[in-house]
Amino acid sequence: MQDVLQIGNQSFSSRIFLGTGKFGSPQTMHDAVIASGTELVTMALKRIDLKNQSDNILNFLKKTNVHLLPNTSGVRTAKEAVFAAQAAREALETNWLKLEIHPDPRYLLPDAIETLKAAEELVKLGFIVLPYIHADPVLCKRLEEVGTHAVMPLGSPIGSNKGLETKEFLRIIIEQSNVPVIVDAGIGAPSHAALAMELGADAVLVNTAIAVAQQPVDMATAFKLSVQAGRMAYHAKLGSTSDNAQASSPISALLDE
Amino acid sequence: MFRDKLNQYQWDVVSASLASIQQADVERLLSLATQANKTDIDTFLAFISPAALPFLDTMATYSQRITQARFGKTMQLYIPLYLSNECQNICTYCGFSFTNKIPRKTLSDAEILQEIAVIKSYGFEHVLLVTGEHDQRVGVEYLANAVRLAKQHFAQVSIEVQPLEQHEYALLKNAGVYAVLVYQETYHQATYKEYHPKGKKSNFAYRLDTPDRLGKAGMYKIGLGALLGLEDWRVDSFFNALHLDYLQKTYWQTKYSVSFPRIRPHEGAFEPKSHLTEKELLQLICAYRICFPDVELSLSSRERPAFRDAVFPYGITSMSAGSRTEPGGYTDSHALKQFETNDDRSAQAVADMIRQKGYEVVWKDWDAVLWRVVSSE
Repeated sequence: MQDVLQIGNQSFSSRIFLGTGKFGSPQTMHDAVIASGTELVTMALKRIDLKNQSDNILNFLKKTNVHLLPNTSGVRTAKEAVFAAQAAREALETNWLKLEIHPDPRYLLPDAIETLKAAEELVKLGFIVLPYIHADPVLCKRLEEVGTHAVMPLGSPIGSNKGLETKEFLRIIIEQSNVPVIVDAGIGAPSHAALAMELGADAVLVNTAIAVAQQPVDMATAFKLSVQAGRMAYHAKLGSTSDNAQASSPISALLDE
Repeated sequence: MFRDKLNQYQWDVVSASLASIQQADVERLLSLATQANKTDIDTFLAFISPAALPFLDTMATYSQRITQARFGKTMQLYIPLYLSNECQNICTYCGFSFTNKIPRKTLSDAEILQEIAVIKSYGFEHVLLVTGEHDQRVGVEYLANAVRLAKQHFAQVSIEVQPLEQHEYALLKNAGVYAVLVYQETYHQATYKEYHPKGKKSNFAYRLDTPDRLGKAGMYKIGLGALLGLEDWRVDSFFNALHLDYLQKTYWQTKYSVSFPRIRPHEGAFEPKSHLTEKELLQLICAYRICFPDVELSLSSRERPAFRDAVFPYGITSMSAGSRTEPGGYTDSHALKQFETNDDRSAQAVADMIRQKGYEVVWKDWDAVLWRVVSSE
């Protein structure tokens, strides 16, 4: 059975998505993208020059065959997000959008109220909306109801590398969701990514952990493998945990009824 | 208002507690910071104290790590555009001071556009417009006009001008201003008056309240700083950090940046009261970074090239490059500089240096599309 991730009209065989910020050079970013095997990368609208065709980040990404997922990082309200989304659609010729509204510049935590408002409007405007949000199961259902094509709950604050601090809520979100769940933010090590996949996440988005590693390309490969391993483990069904020893060859099986 | 907070502190008491901090205190706070991410304003005080100097390498290593985690291996570049050197203030340390007999100049629209063309040819997308304080020559109308001119050519326009009223900041925000930089110079109220004997700037309280007015006006970013050397740089830096801490908690949607102007030679030969060494400046940068992991830290071309090249990875997130500090300086000018720059390399030379160190140069981190929302309201 082919294990394909479907979001909107697009299918993905890779379940790792990459952020393009924070890399030491566009070349390193490009090489890490290739090594990770990703098919979808996100970039901040504010970082790219929409008027200039020779924009560095875009040019390097065009050399790959990945799909572009512009994000609205920097906006503080739903209204700003809708403006930014329309500008991105016009310039990059994609209706895909990572909706990020974090008015708090300290921890970059998402504003649930503005995000829901913007998501509703952007879906009506024909966008494929992937919203970055808290690991809030009720909000995820509300976003699903207004028509977002996935949800992107956070593991811990952006750039913190702290892993899945929201694990219990991610579990609930995954259990309840009818749209793909992409764990975003805070994934600081391949083991965190593997854990997210074992929990049943449909994909993970990684940026800081790869971009600021000493060897970003090797780290991208490590993440690729960990996501594959985690996904495989999810399909293979993990055994339950127990405090007591469980015999791997139970004696009772050897005896007559 | 921050003034209420400031009133709870006494300069001499802060000074005394700085002197009483022991190496053991620093060690304890450093392990709390690095192991548990726990810091507060007292941590900052300890980290800028003389007792912390032996721990500079540890602080710098940690500071570099959290800077990269937060900002990546990137460095933003910006450039100042001096619009005017006319000024009604007397600041005893400043080249533009009212009593200095220097040629005065305020750029016309045509001259501003000429300067913009040169700056754009260097590759800049962010610009900082700078003036002295002169109500008639560089009032709000003049500034709004300059911002509108600049906005057509730059992704991000910031200003460093005289303190204004809240409604004036709102007006400038609508015209396209992203950030306002306003330095308190010193938090020592008594000597503030001696350094600023004449002009609107002599009003300590009005200047102190400025970031509050900016926060209320909803400015995107506010830049803070103390002029290091006027008074004890440690005490002034403590109050600047206290100011930052208050603002972050009060105007929580605003971004903040801190700059580190050290007093430099200029017309009038001013002797700084306290001297901040390069090592201590690095210590100060690291203290800000560790206690305020998200704040933007800026290093200007006042500093010499070797220092900037060596130190920027340890906490700095933006640098000026190719700067001229006189109006018309990029095209042709005989006006007098506000201060001498020590890093006279071109913007491209600085960008090359940054890339050689494994960092990506960020010329653009904002987009004009985001103004449309503000201006449509």
